[in-house]
Amino acid sequence: MSDKSDNQRSWGRRKVVRALGALPLGIILASQLSWAAPATTTGQAVTEDTVTVGILHSLTGTMAISETGAQEAEKLAIKQINESGGILGRQIKIIQEDGASDWPTFAEKSRKLLVNDKVAAVFGCWTSASRKAALPVFEKENGLLYYPTFYEGLEQSKNVIYTGQEATQQILDGLNWVAKEKGAKTFYLIGSDYIWPRTSMKIARKHIENVLGGKVVGEEYKPLGDTQFGSVINKIRLKKPDVIYAAVVGGSNVAWFKQLKAAGINSKKQTLLTISVTEDEVLGIGGENLEGFYSIMKYFQSQDNANNVAFVKAFKEMWGDDSVIGDVTQAAYLGPWLWKAAVEKAGTFDVDAVVKASEEGDIELTTAPEGYVKLHPNHHLWSKARVGMWKKDGQAEVVYTSELLEPDPFPEGYQ
Amino acid sequence: MSFVYEKLFGDKKGLIGFCILAALILVVFPVMLDSFRLNLVGKYLTYAFAAVSLVLLWGYGGTLSLGQGIFFGIGGYAMAMFLKLEASSPENTAIQSTPGIPDFMDWNQITELPTFWIPFHSFTLTLIAILVVPTIFAYIIGAAMFKRRVGGVYFAIITQVISVILTVLIVGQQGLTGGINGITDLRTLNGWDITSDSAKNLFYFINCFLLLAVIIASRFILTSKFGRLLLAMRDKEDRVRFSGYDVANFKIFIFCFAAMISAIGGAMFTLQVGFMSPSFVGIVPSIEMVIFAAIGGRMSLIGAVYGTLLINFGKTAFSESFPELWLFLMGGLFIAVVMFFPNGLAGLWEDYGHHITKRFGFINKFFDKSENTADSVELEGSNS
Repeated sequence: MSDKSDNQRSWGRRKVVRALGALPLGIILASQLSWAAPATTTGQAVTEDTVTVGILHSLTGTMAISETGAQEAEKLAIKQINESGGILGRQIKIIQEDGASDWPTFAEKSRKLLVNDKVAAVFGCWTSASRKAALPVFEKENGLLYYPTFYEGLEQSKNVIYTGQEATQQILDGLNWVAKEKGAKTFYLIGSDYIWPRTSMKIARKHIENVLGGKVVGEEYKPLGDTQFGSVINKIRLKKPDVIYAAVVGGSNVAWFKQLKAAGINSKKQTLLTISVTEDEVLGIGGENLEGFYSIMKYFQSQDNANNVAFVKAFKEMWGDDSVIGDVTQAAYLGPWLWKAAVEKAGTFDVDAVVKASEEGDIELTTAPEGYVKLHPNHHLWSKARVGMWKKDGQAEVVYTSELLEPDPFPEGYQ
Repeated sequence: MSFVYEKLFGDKKGLIGFCILAALILVVFPVMLDSFRLNLVGKYLTYAFAAVSLVLLWGYGGTLSLGQGIFFGIGGYAMAMFLKLEASSPENTAIQSTPGIPDFMDWNQITELPTFWIPFHSFTLTLIAILVVPTIFAYIIGAAMFKRRVGGVYFAIITQVISVILTVLIVGQQGLTGGINGITDLRTLNGWDITSDSAKNLFYFINCFLLLAVIIASRFILTSKFGRLLLAMRDKEDRVRFSGYDVANFKIFIFCFAAMISAIGGAMFTLQVGFMSPSFVGIVPSIEMVIFAAIGGRMSLIGAVYGTLLINFGKTAFSESFPELWLFLMGGLFIAVVMFFPNGLAGLWEDYGHHITKRFGFINKFFDKSENTADSVELEGSNS
């Protein structure tokens, strides 16, 4: 008797438990079916008093560390724009999606933002790979992407505004500076093995050999994420270059600089110029490991001007005192402001009109933390290059600032 | 009639399950979902090829492969190479230093199309390559492993290592393969715009029919004598060997077949998503494919499809609603399924499916005679 009732009870329990297990399934199915998009008269998610934009960065995965700063800056800019009255009398609403450090996911989420949510603009992507994956979607759906990272150039899409610097803006002035200031003649090039370092080094080599009359004594690429730099460091010792010119990215940086230091190569004996280290990376590497080495960027957190002081203060208020601001974070902050300027000039959120307004070459920001920037008809920004010398505390001292440089994504003679 | 019934669908339940799946992906989804969502489902269903291949290989063959991404990737890359060559016509690439080669080769200072790319000018050769290259590759791996009686966990580890090697190779040789960016910006197939909605819808249906065909073909293999040998090998490999069968050859065959199925999925993926990248070749996607099969029920061909759909629906829905928390929710979903349905979604069908099958009385009448035989070849097992 008791056996039987036990049996019954356990069966009942099992069924309940299974039903509970089926619950998430039901939720998923329900949410799938209710996925129809709200229709708007303009074809975009714009109402009488709001306009919706997308933010698309990696919140999870290996790129999350780098991309967090960018999406924080974009949210700060949007908050400030909303507080100052919004755009065309409309408050900006954000739909955030996670690219998950996975390039195909960037394409999927881009399509979702454009087709389903009908956002007026997207601020996002970080790596070139994610941009390359998302680009066909933006071109097909006629969306508008503000892309914040310094990158290799060789691209100019109607549907993308590049707020970071392309390769020549970052590389040429840095090399000129190091040749002039340090009398450098011989260079050792080292980078991570993917498209951005390779393209950058190609441009650097041509500039060193053809313009500066110097010599490249070594060129080396390490796989992404590699942590073994011993053999490279031995070669560097052998060749004794005047300058180590580095484009090592991500986690590899930590190993690279620590192993350099351990091998006794420090800034007293060796000049090192890198194009891939910002305040974000220094946080992981440790300021003491690259004290005295140089980075060439367009922005450093320590820059002393009224715009930047206000920006750093607002950023820390919103995201905490511990946060640091790197080059890409600042470039990401420019995105919403550039979009606002273009939309107000066009008088509409329509992508074609906004792009047309952007291409007239007179969109400028006098309030940019890096100083003054202007949008070139080729969708890139006029900006200045700056050389920063790293200090123990993880901040850089700006030792050189260039003239305003014209962006040239397809440089003649460097291809 | 009973041939169709037994050989191609397994049993009555199998037939009804198959019809429900076919109705779901061929009718319900296209009617309910807009073009964007339908394309997403199409993408999920390409992973289902790999999940189905794992049911054969792992569920029935007892050989766990943690490297189905290898074959998915080879299929996808083969298709991508063809589409990329078409997109890189001299007119489209006039801006490059060497027009007529893919853009990433130009960026890497390559001035001539590498020899192994040349066959991919032809669509026919590409289709052949999609089927043959992964099969040959699987044959080499399989022959090297199974002839030496390497199996079980060692085999799983070796397949995993091969998938890592392949990823490193693709990323490292970026001038030849597009590196970490993959092969992007694919636009036309023989001059036909594959990014248009109509093309995507068509690919969706082609994908569905291929998947259903693959399921039927797999079922045919499993219900044949070979299928029973496969089960026997899984449970007592030595007895099969001592009975005079060459165990290694059977394993190589099923491994090659599984590789070919995965490669079809990869090729369909490239067509629907419009690019291919090394992130579908490595360890993570390969293990995800195993999870799809496990969630669906590793003894069920149809369950694998549902497992794939559930996980990917979950991924998309959770990550859209909770972009910062979704990984935890996915973890919760895995735990819930494993705890409550240890036999996967197919286990649910096993336990409650008869409630549904009862309603299809007319089919019962139709197949009444073969009822007993059907039960005896019942394969959707509850055995571990």
